[in-house]
Amino acid sequence: MAQLIQVTPQGLYCPQGDFYVDPWGKVERAVVTHGHSDHARVGSQQYFCSATSVPILQHRLPQAGDIRPLAFGEALQLGDATVSLHPAGHILGSAQVRIAAEGEVWVVTGDYKRCADPTCEPFEVVPCDALITEATFGAPVYQWQPGAETVGEIYQWWMENRRLGLTSLLFCYALGKAQRVLAELRRFTDEEVYTHGAVEAITVIYRDQGVATLPTRATTDLPKDHSYSGALVIAPPSAHRSVWMKRFKNVSTGFASGWMRVRGHRRRRGYQRGFVLSDHADWPGLLRTVRETGTKKIYVTHGYKDLLARYLCHEGYAAQSLDTLFTGDDTEALSEKEIAKAAP
Amino acid sequence: MKKFVALFQALDTTTSTNAKVAGMVEYFQTVPTADAAWATYFLTGERIKRFITSRDLQNWAIEMTGMPEWLFKDAYHTVGDTAETVALLVGQAHSNMQDKSLQEWIEREILPLMPLSKPEQGERVKQWWRELDTAECFVLNKIITGAFRVGVSKALVLRALAQVAQLEPAIVAHRFIGAWQPSAEFFQAALSPAGHTSAAPRPYPFYLAYPLEQTLESIGEPEEWLAEWKWDGIRGQMMHQGGEVLIWSRGEELVTAQFPELEELARRLPEGAVLDGEILAWANDAPLDFAALQKRLGRKKPGAAVMRESPVVFMAYDLLQYSGEDWRERPLHARKSRLTQLAAQVEDTRLMFSPILQFQSWEDLGQLRAQARAQSVEGLMLKRRESTYQVGRKKGDWWKWKIDPYTIDAVLLYAQPGSGRRANLYTDYTFALWQGDELVPVAKAYSGLTDSEINRVDNWVRRNTVERFGPVRSVKPELVFELAFENIAFSKRHKSGVAVRFPRIKRWREDKPFREADTLDNLKALINTTAPAT
Ligand SMILES: [Zn+2]
Ligand SMILES: [Zn+2]
Repeated sequence: MAQLIQVTPQGLYCPQGDFYVDPWGKVERAVVTHGHSDHARVGSQQYFCSATSVPILQHRLPQAGDIRPLAFGEALQLGDATVSLHPAGHILGSAQVRIAAEGEVWVVTGDYKRCADPTCEPFEVVPCDALITEATFGAPVYQWQPGAETVGEIYQWWMENRRLGLTSLLFCYALGKAQRVLAELRRFTDEEVYTHGAVEAITVIYRDQGVATLPTRATTDLPKDHSYSGALVIAPPSAHRSVWMKRFKNVSTGFASGWMRVRGHRRRRGYQRGFVLSDHADWPGLLRTVRETGTKKIYVTHGYKDLLARYLCHEGYAAQSLDTLFTGDDTEALSEKEIAKAAP
Repeated sequence: MKKFVALFQALDTTTSTNAKVAGMVEYFQTVPTADAAWATYFLTGERIKRFITSRDLQNWAIEMTGMPEWLFKDAYHTVGDTAETVALLVGQAHSNMQDKSLQEWIEREILPLMPLSKPEQGERVKQWWRELDTAECFVLNKIITGAFRVGVSKALVLRALAQVAQLEPAIVAHRFIGAWQPSAEFFQAALSPAGHTSAAPRPYPFYLAYPLEQTLESIGEPEEWLAEWKWDGIRGQMMHQGGEVLIWSRGEELVTAQFPELEELARRLPEGAVLDGEILAWANDAPLDFAALQKRLGRKKPGAAVMRESPVVFMAYDLLQYSGEDWRERPLHARKSRLTQLAAQVEDTRLMFSPILQFQSWEDLGQLRAQARAQSVEGLMLKRRESTYQVGRKKGDWWKWKIDPYTIDAVLLYAQPGSGRRANLYTDYTFALWQGDELVPVAKAYSGLTDSEINRVDNWVRRNTVERFGPVRSVKPELVFELAFENIAFSKRHKSGVAVRFPRIKRWREDKPFREADTLDNLKALINTTAPAT
């Protein structure tokens, strides 16, 4: 059997096409699945990504000169490999990488999810001979309800806080999750929502590409003594307990993440409310994906990779876990120093 | 039960004390009295007799889902709690059961399971799981396994109850102490102005001290304070009331039968007296070490040999009631002086009076503390002369000032995930010291680091694992931590030959190369510097 992807110190490498997928080292040619920091890293010479990912990559990697867009489904010949991108349903522009060479098809999923999300292209099942899948939430306790339902809970929480005269501070990942909340909230209201600067920048990029969200206003544009009473404010987790937060008087804090499914996480993070909302596939979603691609061979990255790999073996697949530096977007990202250490 | 589940979730997520009290008050005011009684029962840490184990839950969940046992166990390791793992695996997205009151659930559903066979219990429980949502399954699983716990102190629940009853918290606290029946009648009486008509003698809530962390100068002038030794025994309350003698531990358990000599002593106290003090193993005018006292614990009735080997005394330090009258509002110096008179009156060697230590200045006090180890005590207690006897742990009037524990620099060797809220982090560590070229494990510790340090260590552990043994990982020897202990002794049961008591992490020595960590001989040398206990 051909080996279209191997793990090298620089990242996942395709020797037939001489390119890397989401490399963590500095390489010549990188095919990037999406704009999250553990997938799109600085230092490579040439980047390929989906057309909708381009503005996100330009925003996150301003020094990267050469970023080339690929339409979903468009074939690109790199050396002896044919490469194409297919929607992963994770965030706007997120892609799976399909590689065809030596008569085989391999797919690297990047991060993905299977449930509906109005802010991005829906996941496409890509039949393959080998699948490299993520497993951020690859444990059977992780099962999601529809995102619209969770956002309904967020709306109720916001309204209850307003009744009590509190400001609702919702923390979530600035790229993807925040815009998903802002889009799903349109079912309930057309009110303006305040945003942390990091969230606002990405939301503008989403809007420019035609994604409909609630109107937003960045707190950075407002005087320090502006009143936020009864309002909803969306911010990245790094802003929790930061100086930025001091401008709000009576607040209720919430955190939207798949980790909020487990009580230990809810309690440890120190937010008053946890909302279960993830941009990664849940356990049933992972199993369904493996089944639908028709693959027999699976490599598992991210999170609970050992657990998922073992279960897939139990189910009769040839599965093994891969050691990568992908972290899953909801966990604290690695420091630059650690990355440098791991990939000299 | 939906309301109780909602209350549980509210208490579980908020960190604000006021919000917790407000949530409980609202709950108590809106549910039927019997529900309020059962809720109080669970919130204050009481449990129904455990007749279903975590293992049962696990078996039934495996039967219901058809998953392999290892997968359940792995799932458990991602969560750290069986009741929750099961709830997440079997609970429904939305409840489709008609809501029942908490009382109905307990008295008509849960308690009637007790006489049933295991398979019959399993069928009923699985039927509940098929209808309840995840949050309801979780609370139910916790209740039926006798493991329901929530982040409120008993004092906080009592504060909410006092607010509902519009009574003094101390009065309500007294009424809910010891064993009580969660019935509407009891609850109603406990919150009524008059209280119960036929109250059995109950202990008073203990007043607990905070560790002193600030400077002595900042708490005031030396003459405002009384100092005494901090004894290393078991806190207890001894009462002679209504012809009965009772000895309560700090956990509000009756331990009268475990200490026949103290029962005899209590009978000699004047009727209507309640004393607060420390139960100590004592011989030749000095406390025996804690191990001697441990021999007396957990036995229903001690044999003559163990009583001879580990005789106990009651070291009294406070007087809560005298001639049936509550003395807790009187100043400490007045309670102390009445207590000395009482001790003189009783004249029994098993009743001792914790001496008041003389000091003129804070420097004097520091000198006294330096003698603590030689006295076989844990340090000093500082109590404000004018202080009343309060309820629970309160800052301001009582401080404990312990002696510096022993410290040593050790190397991290194994790590395993914590439990509860730290189930997804490597927080429980085993530390080792050098013996030649070998690292010998000497202590386990899991407290003392900040959250951000824990995250960093967790991250490091994942990257530097050498081997895995179930949930335990052995790691590359590299990280050095300063550990503090309360005590050290030779031990034949430990591979290292040494046993340490209450080890904890004092700080992360990022400055120290692991080769320069302490040796086992360094640790053993500390034993020899200690004066023997007797
Ligand atoms: Zn991602
Ligand atoms: Zn990722």
